[in-house]
Amino acid sequence: MRFKDVFSIIGPSMIGPSSSHTAGAVRLGRCARQALGVMPNEAEIRFYGSFADTYVGHGTDLAIIAGLLDLDTDDVRIRHSIQHAEQLGMQIKFVPMTRPNVHPNTVTMLLQGDGRKVTMTGCSIGGGSIEIINVNGFDVKFTAVYPTLLIYHKDRTGMVAEISDIARQAGINISYMEVDRKMRNGEALTVIESDERLLPEAKQRLEQLTDVNEVCIIDLMKKEAQS
Amino acid sequence: MRFSTLNELKELCLTESLTMGRLMVLEQSLETGASEAAVMEQMTAYYGVMKEAVRKGIQEDTTSRSGLTGGDAKRVLTYFSDSGMPALGESACTAMAYALAVSEVNASMGRVIATPTAGSCGIIPGVFVSTQERFGWSDEHMVYGLFAAGAIGYVIANNSFVSGAEGGCQAEVGSAIGMAAGALTELRGGTPEQAVHAVGLALKNSLGLICDPVGGLVEIPCIVRNGFGSVTALAASDMALAGVRSVIPSDEVIDVMLEVGAAMPEKHRETAKGGLAQTPTGRKIMNQLYGKGGKAKE
Repeated sequence: MRFKDVFSIIGPSMIGPSSSHTAGAVRLGRCARQALGVMPNEAEIRFYGSFADTYVGHGTDLAIIAGLLDLDTDDVRIRHSIQHAEQLGMQIKFVPMTRPNVHPNTVTMLLQGDGRKVTMTGCSIGGGSIEIINVNGFDVKFTAVYPTLLIYHKDRTGMVAEISDIARQAGINISYMEVDRKMRNGEALTVIESDERLLPEAKQRLEQLTDVNEVCIIDLMKKEAQS
Repeated sequence: MRFSTLNELKELCLTESLTMGRLMVLEQSLETGASEAAVMEQMTAYYGVMKEAVRKGIQEDTTSRSGLTGGDAKRVLTYFSDSGMPALGESACTAMAYALAVSEVNASMGRVIATPTAGSCGIIPGVFVSTQERFGWSDEHMVYGLFAAGAIGYVIANNSFVSGAEGGCQAEVGSAIGMAAGALTELRGGTPEQAVHAVGLALKNSLGLICDPVGGLVEIPCIVRNGFGSVTALAASDMALAGVRSVIPSDEVIDVMLEVGAAMPEKHRETAKGGLAQTPTGRKIMNQLYGKGGKAKE
């Protein structure tokens, strides 16, 4: 099911004018920001399809940058997000692309900050709902409706069992899981969507596993639930 | 969720003697692990945002960033109070004005609830707020109605689409009309079966509608389509309550929406490359907005 619950249909609460081009774009930006872990100093935003054709009119540029500032979909500061980000020192570049992509509303975000880099591609599938389809060259598919763990590790026997064992111990029910690797024994990414808020302790224990390089948590609901 | 079609939704309601709204509250609570109270509270807050958007749209300046739209809700209400006898009658005219109001708030970068999208955010508040005033319903009754609308939208979204970029305006405004029509039928005491017929009747009337926003903005023709949409939802609900059936089952109509949307050329799916967006006037507006290239500027 692409749409999981009632609030992906009625909702989100948002600043207009377009749920796919504005609210969905805020969420895509927030996903990338959380994958990077800090506010990016440099952001190259590549728009595809309808995003490329109509991003100015829909404020998709404002929305993506608002997401990179970790603002929520109904934050009135979205209207001035670019100005705000530039004041904070973010270098921003928008590039409308012509190559057709998998989905009409697609964006690739190339971010740098704090010595780290993240490249994320996602689609806005309607009503503010999104799908992330690529992270740092790994083909994945998650919606950020649930708290999501991105676990970068080496491809080897037993890795998934060790990861899921820590999830079990932390009382985390895995609702969706996916592994993609670049090559045998090479770099791999495991994505776990969970019903539970992912405890920082579980993250820490995952990071301590042999051959786990990095763990990051994407949790868009935290803020949205509070608002 | 335990249902993926409108027929399954209807059967569940009948077996368990629940309204669609009540069933959806329980399903949402099960699915997310949140308490029923928390789920109700979030939807109640959303209804508050909808009512506030109606108020803003009829009282405040709603000139859009482009300057192309704004003030139509006020125009309709003024005409209504001045003439006293709009062709539509009082109720439909009010629903239409409220739907325009919320869409105008959206176009002016105000706060709205996507129902199911921002492009179609006026229809459900237009129908809900105007009928609440007319029938004196409680907020709680309306919130259950929103869950019913959500249940219908959940089926449409997962079996077809709700974004103009994927399936044209039929997917956005069409879905919202179907959701509003079904929910209103339940709010007025109709059976789940009647509510499902209302969805099919409404959807059939918007099949094929393309998404052709002038300048790529959610303004022309989106705002007026929200106004029209609210009136269609009232009509579909009246037909269903009168016993009119959707002879083609509503689930099959949803499948048609998928078929038609998938066959729709890209230029008619929110790219502003066809339809009203590429009329001489549409192109002129595009040039004024973005300069000679007519393309979004860098």
